[in-house]
Parts: sequence; structure tokens; C-alpha cells
Amino acid sequence: MNIVDPPLGRLQWSSLPFWDMLQHPTKGNIINGLIATGAASLVVIGAIALVVLLTKYKLWRPLWSNWLTSPDHKKIGIMYVVIALVMLARALIEAVLMRGQQAFGLGGGFLSPEHFAQLFSTHGTIMIFFMAMPFLTGVINYVMPMQIGARDVSFPVLNSISLGLTAAGAALVMVSLVIGKFSTGGWFGYPPYTEANFSPGVGPDYWIWALSLAGLGSTLTGINFAVTIYKERAPGMQWMRMPLFTWTALCTAIIMIFAMPPLTVATAQLALDRYLGFHYFTNALGGNMMNFANLFWLFGHPEVYILILPAFGVYSETISTFSGKALFGYRSLVMATMAIALLSFTVWLHHFFTMGQNANINAVFGIASMLIGIPTGVKIYDWMWTMFRGRVRFTVPMVYALGFIVLFVLGGMSGILLANPTIDYQVHNTVFLVAHFHNVAVPGVLFGMLSAYHFWFPKAFGFRLNERWGMISALCWIFGFVGAFFPLYALGIMGLPRRTVAYTEARYVPLEWMAFLGALLILVALLALLWQLWLSIRDRADNRVFVGDPWAGRSLEWANSAPPPEYNFAVIPQIESRDAFTAAKEQGRAYLRPDTYVDIELPKNSAMGPAIAAISFALAFGLVWHIWWLVILCFLAAIASMIIRGFARDTRRIVSAQQVRQEHHRWIDAVDQATAISRADECTSVNVGLARQEADGVVP
Amino acid sequence: MRLAALCCGVLLLAACAGDTHLTFLDPQGPIAHQQRWHFYWVLGVMAVLVAGPIFLLLPFFVWRYRYGNKKPRYTPKWEYSTLLEIMSWSGPIVIVIVLAVFVWRDTHKLDPYKPIASDQAPLQVQVIGYDWKWLFIYPDQGIAGVGTLALPVGRPVFLHMTSATVMQSFFIPALGSQIYAMGGMVSQLNLEASKPGKSLGENTMYNGNGFHQQKFTAVAMLPADFKAWVRKVRATGLPLNAQNLKVLAQRSTRADLIAALPGARSMAGNVYFTSASKSLFPAVVKATMDGTPTLPESAFEHRHTATQSGDAADAATGKPR
Repeated sequence: MNIVDPPLGRLQWSSLPFWDMLQHPTKGNIINGLIATGAASLVVIGAIALVVLLTKYKLWRPLWSNWLTSPDHKKIGIMYVVIALVMLARALIEAVLMRGQQAFGLGGGFLSPEHFAQLFSTHGTIMIFFMAMPFLTGVINYVMPMQIGARDVSFPVLNSISLGLTAAGAALVMVSLVIGKFSTGGWFGYPPYTEANFSPGVGPDYWIWALSLAGLGSTLTGINFAVTIYKERAPGMQWMRMPLFTWTALCTAIIMIFAMPPLTVATAQLALDRYLGFHYFTNALGGNMMNFANLFWLFGHPEVYILILPAFGVYSETISTFSGKALFGYRSLVMATMAIALLSFTVWLHHFFTMGQNANINAVFGIASMLIGIPTGVKIYDWMWTMFRGRVRFTVPMVYALGFIVLFVLGGMSGILLANPTIDYQVHNTVFLVAHFHNVAVPGVLFGMLSAYHFWFPKAFGFRLNERWGMISALCWIFGFVGAFFPLYALGIMGLPRRTVAYTEARYVPLEWMAFLGALLILVALLALLWQLWLSIRDRADNRVFVGDPWAGRSLEWANSAPPPEYNFAVIPQIESRDAFTAAKEQGRAYLRPDTYVDIELPKNSAMGPAIAAISFALAFGLVWHIWWLVILCFLAAIASMIIRGFARDTRRIVSAQQVRQEHHRWIDAVDQATAISRADECTSVNVGLARQEADGVVP
Repeated sequence: MRLAALCCGVLLLAACAGDTHLTFLDPQGPIAHQQRWHFYWVLGVMAVLVAGPIFLLLPFFVWRYRYGNKKPRYTPKWEYSTLLEIMSWSGPIVIVIVLAVFVWRDTHKLDPYKPIASDQAPLQVQVIGYDWKWLFIYPDQGIAGVGTLALPVGRPVFLHMTSATVMQSFFIPALGSQIYAMGGMVSQLNLEASKPGKSLGENTMYNGNGFHQQKFTAVAMLPADFKAWVRKVRATGLPLNAQNLKVLAQRSTRADLIAALPGARSMAGNVYFTSASKSLFPAVVKATMDGTPTLPESAFEHRHTATQSGDAADAATGKPR
């Protein structure tokens, strides 16, 4: 094999999205070409605009030294969330396009089947791997180390590398818009459809390598989070004193460690099939796609709980905080979380009840799937008991939480229906299933992450988000969701398969239109979210909460300034009970000036993260396009960068006690000057982040 | 909730209108009929025991304990109650136990592999999934077809299915379960139609550009009509030989297939075949498993006894498993 001939592998002019349209200008080709070219242009123009702006405002150096190379868990967390929001915007626009296509889909529509197939494949892949995963990883990254009173995660540079791998995967999916075509095999890419003989193009290769990068990043993240929670807790932070969000982060990390490898193995096997002619999942020569289904869902089902558990953690925090009350049934909630984490590995077969196994197996897995309803039900009840005899404030994070409970109960019920093999035989692979998993993923995961975004944004940036537009956005999300997905339950029962570009059954049309209008409302919700961000940045001077506790928070992430210093805590706190910050406030030791300060050791910046991101992206791109010299070069570069990193001895730097004292005193001075406010005023500009304390039983 | 109610309303209206039966909520056979009852039962149990308490308590709590209402008791440190904990755990446990009994019973009762009890021997049908059409072979009648699956009312149908290409999922919602058809493997499905009528049939597993056109009509007909249909197919069908099968096996929709087989244009959107060999189905399974593109000659060898007295063969063969 000649590694430099052709020098660009399979890359050709026809890989560009407008090539077909120019070569064969039929009406269909032109419409699809314009949409694809428009999307590609957005990516290219966005990238160029970013470069121009960074150059114009001379931001390259700050971007490099303050962000890209930073090992600070808070900055890494924010960068994860930025990736998630960018990818959310793309995948949501794709969703609206798909709903639009189906609304007009009686006998045709405007999208070609192949274009539609790429849309549902990228939509699913992005939403799972490049929206939900980075979002929750970002939130955990930001919040969890502070909740346990730590200065950073256990392996800060590894954290930066995980981010780099995720970013490289996301970039690969974005590049597939411009060069070549993405897979049409859906987000789970079942062979043999994705094998080389049925899908000879680059699509499945984009999918394989994007997932491999994301999966590798998540495995490393899981290890990092788990070790951090095991080893970095502040003195006195016993297991049963950890905030519930940290518990869910721990369970998610453990699931990541065990669930990601099957995915990596499955995609690697598929890659061997496609690149080297192996026969793991082919029809012929001993291949068996059922092995892929098992391996994929052995990852895929625990993955669902990787996504939902951190959201459960967020709701536990927001419901408790905005009810002004300790979390009810903490011990039960911890047990329920652990139970879900364990059960998540015992139910994967319910993704293919229809593959022909016998009734005993299906019944056992059906019942196992329902068992997850028990701890989940307990959680719902414990959250309701938390509101009981509380003082519920309808802030944006709380509205998301309430919308979640109502909608998630319905999503859970449709999940129980699907766990019945008898019913699954009828609605499997229909849009009923699509409605179900969106009903748990949108109100569950996405609302959870948006609740977290509104809840912790003031902590991260030092000012509150605009309440009014946040509320508008939240309501649009909730009602848009109802409009977009409840009709799909009905359509699924009416036999409409998922991934259908067009149909001939006129009875589907009204419901398709309802779903489309719902999707448009969700688009409004996204725009409102962007508008809110813009307004909040514009008016930030009026909404500063430097003192750092805008919501009368309960756990340690509120026990420092907003934004927090890079070392999180001037003095590592001593924990004596659950809800450590509430206890400290009540005992009047939340804002003390210690007698002595000591030097704080922090990790130095490292270029490993961005380097691995660039190398792994180029490696994956080379693999997709069979550019072998690039693959070999990048592989060697990856090895070399790790060896070079091995020689780095001077990896820590010192923040002097003097500087810590200065910064801490500046903060305590601000606390002393601040007026403590009642919760009635928390969404007004008098809230500078100091909460009023009242005697027990009196509402603050 | 109002929207959900509206959806249900639209659904029921829609399910009753039109001449093709789309859904198991409008069942055309005993399996779908029982699936419908199972669905209603599970839905009912959950509506009363899961949704009921939560949807009553949640709005009440949220309203009564809102921040603006200073009257009710406020207990910021109250975080445990044995009674409530027992209730929170036992409620879901009881519900799941109840549902588990349903699941165990009905998963066995409605196992798609389980033959349907009947005094008639089941009709044998072999289903081969191609991109993007299904081929239905009636081995005992020596006929085959694309586009229509004809079934005699009141007689069980025993389907064996495989795929000559990627994975597909065979599904007639108004009659019963769906089952995957996979290359090199044979899966099974038992169905029965209890009244004459047309039902939607489809593939639900995405398999490429023509996926959305991979539909067929399951036509349940009275036994006499079925016999007439068989005779008509025998009289008008094209021979299912190597040449025609090669056209059939191409990646194309049913419309493309009809265009490629001039003899099929008078068949009202269907393609019918005669001289369907009993050995074709196993030959396709084996060829897919071995990765050999062409079928052996024997796959098209047709035994004349079947064609001459297909109806007699009906009674003689087709024992369940």
C-alpha cells in the first residue's frame, strides 16, 4: 500500500456539499444542496468569524493561556458547556428541519431520503455524545470539586485532555457538514447496514471515529471524577455528608468507567470490519450483527443513566434550595441512585425484544427494566416531600424542575409500557419510541442541564441571568416539548416507523403538523435562551452577586466568591454535617477571616489538552478519508506528545499566601459591606449574593 | 394533559377512518386484540397508581407551600419520616409487582414464536427481506408475491423470515407483533386475522433510501376468496426463476421493481410469482450466510405436485414447528 498516493486519500471535489447540485441540477438536488451548503457555510463562516474576532481583539493569547491550556476544573467545565450549547443549536435546527420535512412529508416533502437520514443520524449522535455528555460533564466539572471542598480534580491535565478528545469528536461531526457525508445509519449505527458493502462512503467512518474520541474522553473523565470523589474530599466530608449532586456524579462516573468500553470495542470491531475486511458483524463468514446489538446496548442503556443521574442530582439541589428546606430522604435518594446505577447494567436487552429470543428471556429483562421504576419513583416522591412544608420559589431552575417532574412521570410511564415485551412488539421502532426517549431525555436530561445552567451561572460568572427571558425560554421549552412529542406517541401507535422521510397515509398529517409547531416553539425557546444570555451580559453590572450566595445555597460551592478564586477556597473547609454551607451560615462561621494563610499549590498550564485535541482530530480525519500518511504522522505525534509530557517535571506552581490573603480579604470586605436580603428579593438587583438568615421555622 | 386528551381523540378518530387498519388499537386478529387489552390494563394501572397520586399531590404541594403563602407550617430542617419513606418505597414496589405479573403472563401467552391454537393447520409463509421490498413465498402453494400478503381469515399463519440484505423488522400492527429479519438467520412469527380487511404492513428498521416505501398490504380474505386469489396468482404470475430473482434482489423500491419487470405492470402495484420453489428460502439463508452472491440451481427447482394440488398440500403440510 502506497501511503501518499493519492495524497488526499478518498477526498475529492465531489465530497463538497454543493457538488451534486452543480453536476445534476434537478429541483430536489438543488433544494438539498442549498440546505447542505447553507449548513456548511454556517460552519465555515462561524469559524472564520471566530478567527477574525479573536485576531481583531487580540484574544489569541488570553484564549490560549487562560482557557485552552488551563487545567482549572472550572474553566474546563465552562468550555464543556460551551461545546454543548453550540452543538445543541445545530442538532436542534436539524430536529426542526426533520419535523418540517415530516409535516410536508405526505408523498414527498422537500428533503431527499439520504439527506433526511444524515439529519437523524447526526441529530442523535450530537445530542447524546456532543450535547448531553459535554453538558453534564461540564456541570459536574464545575460544581463537584467545590461541593466536596477540593481545589481541583485529581488529574487536572487529564481533564483537559478529556475535553480535547470530546472537542475533537465534536469538530469531526461539524467537519462532516462541509466535507463528505455523515452516516445514515442512525445514532446506534447497526450493522450490517453500516458495513462497507452496504455503506461504502465515509459516513459510518465519521460516526465511528467521532464516537471513539468521545467515548475515550468520557472513559477518562469517569476515572477522573471517581478518583476525585474518593480522594479529594475535604476533611469531615464523609460519604453520607456529600451533596446529592456529588453522589450522582460519582454514580455517573462509575457507569462511565464500565459502560464506555463496550462502545469502544463495538465501534473498533466495526472499524476492523470496514477497514481490514474482518467479519465481526457481517452477514457472511461467521459475522453476527446480534453481537453488535448486545455490545452497543451494553453501553447504550447504562449511557441513559449516565445522562439522567446528574440531572437527578441537579434537581435534588434546586428543589431543596428553592423550597428553602433540607432534602427529604437523603439516605433513600443515595440508595436509589446507587440502585439505578446497578440496575442500569441489567436491562440492555429491552432494546431488542423483537430479535427473536424466547419469552423467558424477554419477560426477565422486561421485569428488570421495570425495577428501575422503583428507585425512580422513590426519587419523585422524595422531591415532593422536600417541597412539602417548604417555601417554594418559582425561579427559572425551579420551573424547569417542576416541568421535569410532571413530564418525566409521563415519560417514565411510557417507559414502563415499552418494558412490556407484549407492547414493545407493537411500538418498537415506531415514533412512539422516539416520543418516549425524548420524553425522558428532554425533560429529564436537558431540563436538568438548563436548570443547572441557570442555577450555577451566577456562581461561574458573578452575575445573575435575566429572569424574565429565562422564564419565557423555560415555558417555551416545556410547552414546545409537549407539542412536539405528545403527537408522536399517537403517531407511533398508528404505526408510523421512526426515521421515515415521507409517508402516504393522510391520517398522519394533522399530528405531524402539531409536532412541527411544537418543534418551532422549541426553536423559540433556544432563541430566547440566546437573547437572555445577551441581555444578561449587557446588564451584568446591575446583577452582580460577587458575595457568591445568590440563592441561599446549601452546599460548599456557594461558600466562596462569584466567580470563585482559581484555588476555590482560601482555606479548605472543615465539614461537620450535611448541607455544610447552610450549617456554617447558621453557626456564623461562613464568612470568617482566618489568622493565617498558607501557600497554595496549583497545577501549571499544559498544552497537552489542545495538542491531543489537534492530533486526535487530524488522526480521525485521516482515518475517515484514508489519508494514511496523516494517520501515521498523527499516531506518532500522539505517542511523542505523551513521552514529552512524561519528561515534564515542573508541573506545579504556587499561589502565595500573601495573594490568597489579599483576595480573601477583598471578598470578606465585600461580604461585610453587603446587605443580606430576603428570598423575596433574590431576583432583583439588591441581591449581591448575601442571604438573610432567620431563626428556625421563620421564612427568610 | 389537555393536549394528551386531544391527541387520544385525534388518534381514535384517525384509527377508525380510512380503509387500511393501522394499529393494534383497531385489532384485526386475536394477537393484536390481546395486545390492546394488555396495553389498556398497564396504562390503566399506571394512570391510577402512578400518575394519579403524583398529579394530585404535586400541584397541591407547590401551590400550598409557595413562597408567598405564609400560613402553612414551615419546617426547613425536617428531612426524614419513617412512615413517608416506607410509603415512598412500597408504593412503587407494589406497582411493579402487579405489572411484573402481567408481563410474565402475557409475554409467554403472546410469544410471537408460539403457534396459535386452532383446529386448522397454519398457513406457511416464508418472508425474505430485500432492499426495499418484502418477498412472500407460499411454499405449499408454490407461489410468491411482493406488495400483498394475502391471508385466509380464521386460519393461523406461520411465518419464517430472513433477510437477503441488512436487518429489517417485519410488522403488521393490526395483526400482531413485529420481529426482526436478519441475514443468514431465520426468525419466526405467528399471526392470525379474524375478519376480512386490509392492514398496514411495513418494515420498521431503517435500511436506506427506499426504507419509507417498504410497505405492503396484509389482505385478510375469506377462505374461498383466498383460494381464488391463489388460483389467480398461479394463472398470472411471472416465474420465480434466477433471472427474475436477480432483478428482485437489487436495491430498489417496489415501484422500481415493477418498472423493471414488464410482466408485472398489470398486477395493480403488486408483483406475483409462480413456480416458487420450497428450497428457495433455505437457499437464500445459506447464500447470505456464506456470502455467495448467486444461488444454486436447486433453489429454483420446482416440484410439480405442489402446483397441481396446492390445496391438498395445504392440509398435508404446515405442522407447527
